[in-house]
Amino acid sequence: MSYLAIAFILAGLFFFFVGVVGVLRLPDFYTRMHAAGKCDSLAAELVIIGVALYNLQDFTLASVLVSLKILLIAIFIFVASPTATHAITEAALILGVEPWKKKGKRS
Amino acid sequence: MKAKIATFVIMLGFWVVMSGMFDAFHFSLGVLCCLLVAHFSSELLFPEHGKPWVRELVGLALYFPWLVKEIILANLQVAYVILHPQMLEKIDPHLFRFKSKLTRPIAKVSMAQSITLTPGTITVNIHEDEFTVYALTAEAAEALPGEMEERIARALEIQ
Repeated sequence: MSYLAIAFILAGLFFFFVGVVGVLRLPDFYTRMHAAGKCDSLAAELVIIGVALYNLQDFTLASVLVSLKILLIAIFIFVASPTATHAITEAALILGVEPWKKKGKRS
Repeated sequence: MKAKIATFVIMLGFWVVMSGMFDAFHFSLGVLCCLLVAHFSSELLFPEHGKPWVRELVGLALYFPWLVKEIILANLQVAYVILHPQMLEKIDPHLFRFKSKLTRPIAKVSMAQSITLTPGTITVNIHEDEFTVYALTAEAAEALPGEMEERIARALEIQ
């Protein structure tokens, strides 16, 4: 069980790492939103599931309840993360933040 | 009545998970609170009367594993693009629109959330039946609306 939990957490850390690299490397605000909002959604889910599994090691009622609460956080992130990403991106478009274009290509 | 019972069951499940105490006092307090909430506010959870929400829940449950698979695949694609040494050649950020045949608000919102959850695409706006989507790569844009819309229609567009 703990190996499974560690595998989940490591996979989550990998996607967090990709998200951070994406935020640093991508050229403009919108593409950075992709990296920040997306890699985070999967990464956070994976880490949370990993933590919930790790918590289940001694299988008692109390630990099951705590794991269920942790999964409730996962559900919340699953709903809230895309909503926040959408709201920030739309706000940026309305404010007229200039998107990055490929060289030699007009929109 | 069905909506009230369903609200009660969901509320009680939530209460049990949150409190974790099963002695007579706390549990009966929970049952009482859930009965009151279910009686007065079941319309908040099930706003549309006469809709087959049981089938909607089943449809969503069937849709969910596919969505998770899509999210993981798309995440790997975006990870590949981000970690690629010539990243700026690979990406092609652009805004595009498409018309959707979904009619119910809940289906549209599910579609928008699914699009935003799958990496590489962000829903910027929904106006009537027109979705505005910001895509990171050309491949991410090509996949829309396609299969996702059909699956959502199957899950939620029950008349």
